[in-house]
Amino acid sequence: MAEKNRCEKYHTHISSKQKRFDLNIKEIWRYRDLVFLFTKRRFQLTYKQTILGPAWIFINPFLTSIVFTFLFGKVAGMSTDGVPQFLFYLSSNAIWSFFSASLTNNATTFTSNSGLFGKVYFPRLTVPISNVLSSAINFFVQMLMVMLVLVYYLIKGKVSPNWTAWLLIPFVLLVLGAMGLGLGIIISSLTTKYRDLSILVGFGVTLWMYATPIVYPISQLGDGIIKTILYINPVTAPVELFRYAVLGKGMVSLPLLAVSLAFTTIVLLIGILVFNRVEKTFMDTV
Amino acid sequence: MDNKNNEIAVKVSNVKKMYRLGQIGGGTLQADLQSWWARLRHKEDPNTKIDDNSRLYGQTFMALNGIDLTIYKGEAVGIIGRNGAGKSTLLKLLSRVTAPTDGEIDIYGRIASMLEVGTGFNREMTGRENVYMNGAILGMTRSEISAKMDKIIEFSEIGEFIDTPVKRYSSGMYVKLAFSVAAHLDAEIMIMDEVLAVGDVVFQKKCLDKMREAANRDGRTVLYVSHNMNTIRSLCERCIVLDKGKIVFDGEVDKAIETYLGGREEFSPFCDLTKIERPKTVALKNRDVDFLSIQVLNRTENRVEQGEPFRFLIRMFVHKKPENAMLRFIIYYRDGTVAGASFSDKTFVCIPDNELEITAELPTKNLAPGVYRVDMVAFSSDAFGNRRLLDRVDSAFSFDVVKKEDDTLLWNHAKWGNAQFDDTVITMAQVPSASESAEDVQTL
Repeated sequence: MAEKNRCEKYHTHISSKQKRFDLNIKEIWRYRDLVFLFTKRRFQLTYKQTILGPAWIFINPFLTSIVFTFLFGKVAGMSTDGVPQFLFYLSSNAIWSFFSASLTNNATTFTSNSGLFGKVYFPRLTVPISNVLSSAINFFVQMLMVMLVLVYYLIKGKVSPNWTAWLLIPFVLLVLGAMGLGLGIIISSLTTKYRDLSILVGFGVTLWMYATPIVYPISQLGDGIIKTILYINPVTAPVELFRYAVLGKGMVSLPLLAVSLAFTTIVLLIGILVFNRVEKTFMDTV
Repeated sequence: MDNKNNEIAVKVSNVKKMYRLGQIGGGTLQADLQSWWARLRHKEDPNTKIDDNSRLYGQTFMALNGIDLTIYKGEAVGIIGRNGAGKSTLLKLLSRVTAPTDGEIDIYGRIASMLEVGTGFNREMTGRENVYMNGAILGMTRSEISAKMDKIIEFSEIGEFIDTPVKRYSSGMYVKLAFSVAAHLDAEIMIMDEVLAVGDVVFQKKCLDKMREAANRDGRTVLYVSHNMNTIRSLCERCIVLDKGKIVFDGEVDKAIETYLGGREEFSPFCDLTKIERPKTVALKNRDVDFLSIQVLNRTENRVEQGEPFRFLIRMFVHKKPENAMLRFIIYYRDGTVAGASFSDKTFVCIPDNELEITAELPTKNLAPGVYRVDMVAFSSDAFGNRRLLDRVDSAFSFDVVKKEDDTLLWNHAKWGNAQFDDTVITMAQVPSASESAEDVQTL
């Protein structure tokens, strides 16, 4: 009888008629070790057989921030709302790369894992989730660097962070991570059939960065169409909230945050819907 | 059939799987949008093909065309069929790699699929790391894997190499480790597709034993696909034959193998050999001799009693006169194992551009009862012993050797081979007296 219960417990029903929305959180939870292993593997493999190893996590944003400081700060002479330029670009870069990595890494979920997906079943969503997790770990490492620089400028008295707002950073990460995941899996689902999208992603994300107040503060742009675009952009509000917390300068707008949250929810739902449809038969088309 | 108990492990009902033929390119976007728009308005999809239930229509191909199957708990089921019959597609559906186009599948229990051993192995990571990874992919938790780690390492015979990156492993070690992980899963249903094609013989046997143990002792269900009839025979008690996407046989293993191999048997006493395609070797491009036909002489069917010679007439056409022409008959048992070969006792004389008729007598004294097929070869050899192929017809004819009527022994080809040697002569060294033999009976 116990045996029978065990089998009943693992009853799987496969039908040609697919359920539209089939998010099996219980199953993903059962495979949580796999999520962690995927995340771990991502790090292990990126830095295997490199001399500097994990130091690259620091070097990359460091160099990018220096380039930004030079290019946008010194050459273009953009304002940073009085925040020390290097700190401004370093923190902006940290939050943007978290979002963009969540998106771009997930955009190739199906195509780059087809070998594995084609051989064995496991909840496919474990891969996108682990991708977002590893972007989050990267973000935390970068935040360590941001903190170091922040402490330096705090001592010099050049910044005044809003420490209570730091409690909202997890919320920012949740929104941006979910948005990146949702968009990423929508793109990856579509690329199983139409490969054009994968080419567009890299270009699109770069473009998106310039449409987001990353290399400049939102206060820099006056009125008109550009401001509207910035406001519509669902990444703007979380990024500004993040900056408000870390740098003490930023725009906190509840309506815009609500729009951003709504957008994320919709994108995530559509993403899971499309992903569910595609994951069942994508092996036949990829 | 005895199903041990009637608990269902897998139930497949009317499953179909359709594949699109040709390239799937951007051109499908327009058709997809068209179909989607039509569906949205509840109109007929302009891109539907008419389903006439045949295997191929339009641009699609039915890899599985209506499969109904029930597998009970604890059964070891073999799945055989030619390439493209749908075996792997069926396993892919069961292991949920892809979804069926039509029909339903119910699976009671967890599935461990070993569709391809070593899936998810990463070359840069060590054996141990890969075991964790592979185990997690197959649905084990970290603690479950840790608990089984020692057993896995022991079974895989990897030993101290477990902490070395797998890129330094030999291919055999790689396979052994991968199989060990899959074999130690706590799954109720094990699916295996040709996993034993690699690895050494000793390890293959170990794996088969492990799977047999899983089925018999632990009551797990095993689904096994292979082209190796011997492993099917030794592991499975039930066998399914797939052909062109349909189940053509479901039942006893021996009968299934017979059905699968039987499709090729030619039992007519007359065979036209001109139409049979020759093996594609250079030597047979311009043949000096052409086999034309073969005609059985002493029987109306291709059936002979064991010991009675199988007599037939070979007709051939000689284009160019070969030196020392001889015949060779390679005899295969129906499952494809070679039983032996027989040569013509002398060379045959030919005249160029003429038809030639030869009567042949194939002795069947040493062939165990069963159905055999014969590859017929004509060759010539020069003074130095170099052989040259004249013509070769594979599966030129088949014949059935039946046992003598008074013999009640059933020949077991799987265990005893295909040759029955002359009876071993035994003589009693000491003839027991009547009283002694009476005692023997009592003690027994």
